[in-house]
Amino acid sequence: MDMSQYLEIFIEETKEHLQSLNQCLLQLEQNPNETGVLNEIFRVAHTLKGMSATMGYSKMAKLTHDMENVLHALRSNEIKVSTKLIDILFKCLDALETYLNSIINTSGEGNKEYTEIIEALNNILKNNPVDEIEKKEKQQIENKSEVIAVDSVHHTANLQLDQYDQNVINKAIEMGMNALKITLVLNKGCVLKSARAFIIFQTLERYSEIIKADPKVEDIEDEKFDYEFTVLIVSKENSDLFLKELNQIAEVEEIIIKQLQSKTIEGAEAKTEVKAQENSTKSISDVSPVEEKDQTASTVKKPKTGKTVRVDIDRLDILMNLVGELIITKTRLEGSGGTDRSQTYTEAIEYLERITTNLNDAVMKVRMVPVETVFNRFPRMIRDISKDIGKEIVLTMSGEETELDRTVIDEIGDPLIHLLRNAADHGIEPADKRKASGKSEIGHIYLRAYQSGNNVLIEVEEDGQGINVESVRKKAIERGLINKEIAHNLSQKDVIDFLFRPSFSTAEKITDLSGRGVGLDVVKTKIEALGGTVEVETELGKGSRFIIKLPLTLAIIQALLVNVGEEKYAIPLSSIQSIEKISPDEIKLVQKQEVMLLRKSVVPIVRLDKILDVKKEEKQSKLTTVVIVKKGERLSGFVVDSLIGQQEIVIKSLGKLLSSIKSIAGATILGDGNVALILDVNSLI
Amino acid sequence: MEEIINEKTKQFIVFKLGKEEYGIDIQKITTIEQMKTITRVPKIPVFIKGVINLRGEIIPIMDLRSKFNLPEAEETEDTRIIIVNIEEEPVGIIVDAVAEVLSLTEEAIENLNNLSTDLSMEFILGVGKVDDRIITLLNIEKLITL
Repeated sequence: MDMSQYLEIFIEETKEHLQSLNQCLLQLEQNPNETGVLNEIFRVAHTLKGMSATMGYSKMAKLTHDMENVLHALRSNEIKVSTKLIDILFKCLDALETYLNSIINTSGEGNKEYTEIIEALNNILKNNPVDEIEKKEKQQIENKSEVIAVDSVHHTANLQLDQYDQNVINKAIEMGMNALKITLVLNKGCVLKSARAFIIFQTLERYSEIIKADPKVEDIEDEKFDYEFTVLIVSKENSDLFLKELNQIAEVEEIIIKQLQSKTIEGAEAKTEVKAQENSTKSISDVSPVEEKDQTASTVKKPKTGKTVRVDIDRLDILMNLVGELIITKTRLEGSGGTDRSQTYTEAIEYLERITTNLNDAVMKVRMVPVETVFNRFPRMIRDISKDIGKEIVLTMSGEETELDRTVIDEIGDPLIHLLRNAADHGIEPADKRKASGKSEIGHIYLRAYQSGNNVLIEVEEDGQGINVESVRKKAIERGLINKEIAHNLSQKDVIDFLFRPSFSTAEKITDLSGRGVGLDVVKTKIEALGGTVEVETELGKGSRFIIKLPLTLAIIQALLVNVGEEKYAIPLSSIQSIEKISPDEIKLVQKQEVMLLRKSVVPIVRLDKILDVKKEEKQSKLTTVVIVKKGERLSGFVVDSLIGQQEIVIKSLGKLLSSIKSIAGATILGDGNVALILDVNSLI
Repeated sequence: MEEIINEKTKQFIVFKLGKEEYGIDIQKITTIEQMKTITRVPKIPVFIKGVINLRGEIIPIMDLRSKFNLPEAEETEDTRIIIVNIEEEPVGIIVDAVAEVLSLTEEAIENLNNLSTDLSMEFILGVGKVDDRIITLLNIEKLITL
């Protein structure tokens, strides 16, 4: 069978499963007695095993199988949750992830065996204190298997029971029902075996519930069996009734009915199954078998999934482009028609406007993904880091449900990892130092996401030592980035900005995690490439907070269109603070830099025509129009010739050939079909 | 019919720049468009004129005249933009006029490698000779590097 068509689904689902395993293991570490979590882990591991085996990834299946064994032992209280155990399980996850990555890249699982992990898993099992019981069980099987060997004439009679089946049987017996194993042999001359089988099944189903069949029910229906098959049923009726009923069906040659006891072991041979047995036996004698029941219920229940469709992001991009085109055409229609528009025309246009807006919102929403998909790997990361560096750190996350455009989500992971590592490594002080400064020994890192207007803010805050502004200032002077006098006049904010310069590190020693000075400038570049900004607030001794501000969407924005000379440019509305009209003599010169005063603060002036090399005739007008734009806290005044108006624009890339131009963020198509360039405010300030 | 197209024949679009004739492999060409309004983009190499909107797509436009150091020409009714695909990215080039589609056998293409070592010759694939015409065949990938 060709599995390639399922590969993508396999990859996606495995990713999700690994993620949820990660989360559950973390939970388990905190609450070792939480059976619900353990059950969930078991369920996911089991699914993973099944999936990888189906896809033919035998090494993955092997690893998950051994994991399952350990989890099983955990669940039946044979072993206790320990940090060592959790560590090994996490290692398993990492190994599985490596397999998955190899599958993604090469569609083969690679040839790493991870024998040491498998060994570690098996060691855990070997050292378990209930060893003796296990041995006894094994003996029991051996005894049993002799008995079974007697009726091996009917080869299907050795129906293998897994734990789930056994649980169901136990539960049924508990409720006073009969569990029966019925082996049916059909007449050799039987022509329509499947039809016969169908009638038998119908008869059985009238009185009972079929738990298992050998061969599988589907196979039986497809006539993929010889002349005999075995079914396992639970029923309120006893075996006599079935014997009578089944005898009435023609062409049934032989009926063997065997009553099952809750303790019977039917040809179990694998260690897991033995334990399943033991486990379930316990549950019957236990005072409260409720737990076991729940477990059965949860195994039966399908994992909760909404009705969803997986869509290739490219298809969404196409949809997005089409919506963009529609908006452009709408704008164009709005502009045409002249003065003698009829009322119906205006109404139709208004209606069209409403629909396109809704359509746009809908498409945008489809592309939105909660930041949770990025956040959920961080608890594990912080756990590992805090173990590595020996600091106790608690990560508190909030706002995981905040949604961002898919393209942003894909890019935001790395910068956040950088920031979190920085926070753990540089920010949080060692325990003794924390104690000395009167803080609790446990360091706290907060990761928050929330929406504010048309932006999403993500904050990484830590209650560590804060950034020593003076040492940054010193470092900047040492590096010759700035001369002494200017350095001393710089504000705290300006000094902190040096941290975002390439290869600027204040860490005294380089650790594995951070300190090589390649961190923050990468963070900054990445965030700015996404159209966002990074800011830092810090207080020495109290901690610092990195604030990432990202646009909600990337593709369609509100912009102000302006004229510079004959050319039209778009400035994103989100970065505009205000528009001022000033007389030319209000522009002053400070150190050859043109500035203006805006509500008592000095704002540098940028003449767009000069920066953009626009050819135009100098003309003297009474008032100069200045668009005040902001980048974080910093303001700048862009001098333009005139304003055209506010418009919804679709951002298009300029393509590879022109990607190196700094001052232009992209282009958009105007209603008249012409192209206007979008200014990159960040690089112009 | 003498002109049977066998596997050794290549088709070229022939266009004019001034008095010279150039050819581009037809496989590389997406469409040929009428002249459109070009939006100037600041801070780009001089031989790139700007960008156009081609059915919703923004496409950079190159001026071959300035790339080949030819004097600027007035835009006429014959001026065309040839859209070529370079590594999946569309790029437009302005030409004075598009003349014809020409089939050339391998024998009719003369390799120029032994004629000159000049670097600027890198983007010239060879020279096609048809009757008494000489057509410079361009290697468009070498001409436009992303």
